[in-house]
Amino acid sequence: MTESVLSIKNLTKRFGRQTAVDGVSFHIEPGERAALIGHNGAGKTTLIKSILGFLTPEEGSISVLGNAPGSNAARRSVAYLPEAVAFQKALTGVEILTFFSRLKGEDPKTVPGLLEKVGLSEAGRRRVGTYSKGMRQRLGLAQALIGEPSLVLLDEPTSGLDPVSRQDFYMLVEEVAARGAAVLLSSHALSEVEAKTDRVLIMAHGKLVADDTLASLRRAARLPIRLRVQGADVAADEIAARLGGMRVNCRSVEIFCDADEKLAHLAAISALGSLVEDVEVTLPSLDDVYRHFTGVDAKKGS
Amino acid sequence: MFTRILAVASLEMRIGLRNRWLLLATLILAAFSLALALLGSAPAGTLGVDRMTITVASLASLSVYLVPLLSLLLAFDAISGEIDRGTALLIFSSPISRVEFLLGKAIGHFAVILIALLLGYGLTAGVLVAFGGGSLAGLVDFARLIATSAMLGLAFLAIGYIASSATRAPGTAAALAIGIWLFAVVLYDLALLGALVADNGGTFSRSVFPLALLANPADAFRLFNLAALGASDLVGGMAGVSDALPYPPSAALAAIAGVTLAAFAAAAALLKRIEP
Repeated sequence: MTESVLSIKNLTKRFGRQTAVDGVSFHIEPGERAALIGHNGAGKTTLIKSILGFLTPEEGSISVLGNAPGSNAARRSVAYLPEAVAFQKALTGVEILTFFSRLKGEDPKTVPGLLEKVGLSEAGRRRVGTYSKGMRQRLGLAQALIGEPSLVLLDEPTSGLDPVSRQDFYMLVEEVAARGAAVLLSSHALSEVEAKTDRVLIMAHGKLVADDTLASLRRAARLPIRLRVQGADVAADEIAARLGGMRVNCRSVEIFCDADEKLAHLAAISALGSLVEDVEVTLPSLDDVYRHFTGVDAKKGS
Repeated sequence: MFTRILAVASLEMRIGLRNRWLLLATLILAAFSLALALLGSAPAGTLGVDRMTITVASLASLSVYLVPLLSLLLAFDAISGEIDRGTALLIFSSPISRVEFLLGKAIGHFAVILIALLLGYGLTAGVLVAFGGGSLAGLVDFARLIATSAMLGLAFLAIGYIASSATRAPGTAAALAIGIWLFAVVLYDLALLGALVADNGGTFSRSVFPLALLANPADAFRLFNLAALGASDLVGGMAGVSDALPYPPSAALAAIAGVTLAAFAAAAALLKRIEP
């Protein structure tokens, strides 16, 4: 087995009496795309800053390719894109990337290639002050790709981006991971990272409450599927009586069931024949899955 | 290590050029020094003293006000601005140490100030030479003025970095920088003067006052330049003091260097404690 790019053991970080990160442990392997999900204040940024070595944890340990966080060896292998970064408006994209290449000890000759990769070849000679939000974010990502890092940390990289820019952004992330780098990106919504990551880590109140693939999390959550049956006539009471669901208005009935009961319910519905006008099947949304995991924690934590 | 320091320094110079900061500083220095040279030399014409030397004496007083202001205005944003923009996170997550970063900023800012001084005062020297008011001795005086002004600038850059890393917010850092300027070039002298008058030749005048002049780079700068010009005969005032001091004027230069080093050490210590 290959060595973990990032391994965190029992990490705890407190600010005064408040515990920002509470006993978090996980590993990230090369080429893995992991999403760190949690609402504002769940401890995501604290965790990322600890990985970078800016914060010293009270307990636990972090190792970046076997090195201590913040050590020169670790800094050389980690790339980072902070949540809100505003580059000097007076400088051009090329100048900023050249600067960071020099800081990281890389040849500035790779800058044009990086700009092309993020689609900023033409804008590279313009001042950053003229860039749109999506372009600035892509410049930030280009900065994070300098020198082929082994671990790429992206703190809420897509917040505030339009859907098309977000799509483009994840395409780039996929390329980076395909090259063998581990990517850890944080986001406050599970729906933002759908299908874009191999693994989902959910944080709530500083604790890691879930760590698995999205499909497994869906299964583990065992959230009910919602069937909404619309009657052809004002027959909701009769439908409700025969199917055992709940009447929501004079024409519609809602039935909640597990995934494996779905077909049986659908068969029962179709047996009602002309009584039914329409059926709507709603799978639990990613936000429901997220709420399920963070909600469980709230009960345990109190 | 040197690539990283130079990267920070050259970026800082580029920003200074790009946002016309350098141009503004040069114009201010050139305008004020030309005004002093051309207007201030009129009455000195018959004294038989080199016109350039007279001009340098007035320019030394100009430097005391302008150079610390320019330095503090450059320095206040150095750390607080990076924190504010979020770029401090990026820079300090790359393999550059905090001291390297500070050195890079200082070299870049120092270069901007040095260029502004060379162009601004150089223009005045050129004008004097062109109108036949120059001499070799006068040019040496000019060179000494520019070199010591640059030293003064470096000292206040370091003091500005302390303000920048202590406050961590550009607005507060700017306010603190202006406060430092007001204290160092105006209030400090007033306080010393008041104390001298009140003390009337007592222990303060003899033992504390000479050291107090050394502790403030602005005063040490003025002391050295006026003494080096032998200007006490020309301008009197503060310069006359230098004859009565218990140390040679060169001690003033050493004092500026000492304050600069101490300020850099303090700024670096503050910077190391910052969690960006």
